[in-house]
Amino acid sequence: MNQDLIFYVASNLVKIIIFTHIALILAALMSLAERRVSAVMQSRLGPNRVGFGGILQPIADALKFIFKEDVVPGHVEKVLFVLAPAIALIPALLTLAVIPFGPPLEVLGREVPLVIADLDIGVLFVFAIASLGVYGIVFAGWASNSRYPMLGGVRASAQMISYELSLGLSVVGVFMVTGSLRMLDVVALQDDMWFCFTQPVGFLVFVICAFAETNRLPFDMPEAETELVAGYHTEYSSMKFAMFFMGEYTAMFVFSGLIATLFLGGWDIPFMSAETFAALGNWGALLGFASFMAKCCAFLFFYIWVRWTIPRFRFDQLMSLGWKVLLPLAIANVLATGLFNLPS
Amino acid sequence: MPDQALNDYIPILLLAGFAVSFASLNLIVSWLLGKRGGTNPDKESAFECGMKPLTPERRRFSVKFYLVAMLFILFDIEIVFLYPWAVTYKSLGMFGFIEMVLFIAVLIIGWWYVVAKGALDWGPRRPAVSVQSAAPSEQAS
Repeated sequence: MNQDLIFYVASNLVKIIIFTHIALILAALMSLAERRVSAVMQSRLGPNRVGFGGILQPIADALKFIFKEDVVPGHVEKVLFVLAPAIALIPALLTLAVIPFGPPLEVLGREVPLVIADLDIGVLFVFAIASLGVYGIVFAGWASNSRYPMLGGVRASAQMISYELSLGLSVVGVFMVTGSLRMLDVVALQDDMWFCFTQPVGFLVFVICAFAETNRLPFDMPEAETELVAGYHTEYSSMKFAMFFMGEYTAMFVFSGLIATLFLGGWDIPFMSAETFAALGNWGALLGFASFMAKCCAFLFFYIWVRWTIPRFRFDQLMSLGWKVLLPLAIANVLATGLFNLPS
Repeated sequence: MPDQALNDYIPILLLAGFAVSFASLNLIVSWLLGKRGGTNPDKESAFECGMKPLTPERRRFSVKFYLVAMLFILFDIEIVFLYPWAVTYKSLGMFGFIEMVLFIAVLIIGWWYVVAKGALDWGPRRPAVSVQSAAPSEQAS
């Protein structure tokens, strides 16, 4: 029994280190991809000097961030000002816990699920922790004690809590079908049919809200650089500035993972059943992992694509979209799902 | 494994430890290795596009933000009530469905009241002619 516990803790430590590194490295690459893809879409080159095709640019950026002066201006609330970037980053990393990366792997004769913690409350945990990320942004805006960050922080709080409603409602339909909040159950039930086909409205609302929750264009009101300079992180410099971006990109990865898990079948590959994965053993696990990462990367690309396709919303448009369109749509989706799956 | 429910949370604790140490490491490293520059009045002052700030920074902001926060709490709690229902939907039978239709009907009445009162209309107070309030909703739909 004791050996079981040791193996459990050790395997989890390894998983945590691997998964967080995947997320952080992907976040770094995303900061490069963001600029390179943007450049391609605007017929420019983008950063291509450091390493082959600019692949080492994130490392150069990180080094530069570390060695820059860490300015804490005199007019800020010091404690909150320093804490805010950490509060923005920590929840983003914590939400990784319930994302299943692939089918279970077999190590030393024991089955290791490729998820850090397969909680029975699953998605609820993500929502609970992700909403703490608002505090980072609000603290940053408030503690900066400056005009633009203040506006950015106040806007961010209103925006993120408004879209959290529709976000929470849009997945209720999925759970009515699955009857479980556990992520591995949700993936298992999508073996035949992905939920993006059976829950198209929920899928649409969830994707739109994911953009708003991660403060991405067209919903980047909190930082809207053309009107608010840089929004809530105007007064930040050095690594603190970088931490907001790490948090944002990690959150984007988590939401891509959530979309893939809840609506795109997780690690499932079309026309390939769970038995085929199991028959392939550890190769099946790796194949599933690759399929999951492919879906995530496709969605991360979609994030950039949308950024250069749809212009930024005005704040009143943003609020009325959230409250007057998405919320009723999500409620209607719950009712429709209830009608279609009427218990006999 | 004994006490499975509690064991599920061990990895969360480990991950929280990792996240907190990673965040603080970032702060400490940049504080240790960062350049130390002198200070001057311009660096100390709040950012204002190159101008010297003329008015105090803490300004009033619209009370609408408080309203949105309050509405959020109301609606969010009702949504959380939907989760246990959704998970047990299939076993509840017809009773569960009718019960929840009533619950959602109450939710929608509340939502409709909030919208009708104009609690979610931003910008200047409701214009006499509904040109302005019609424009955003057209674009949004």
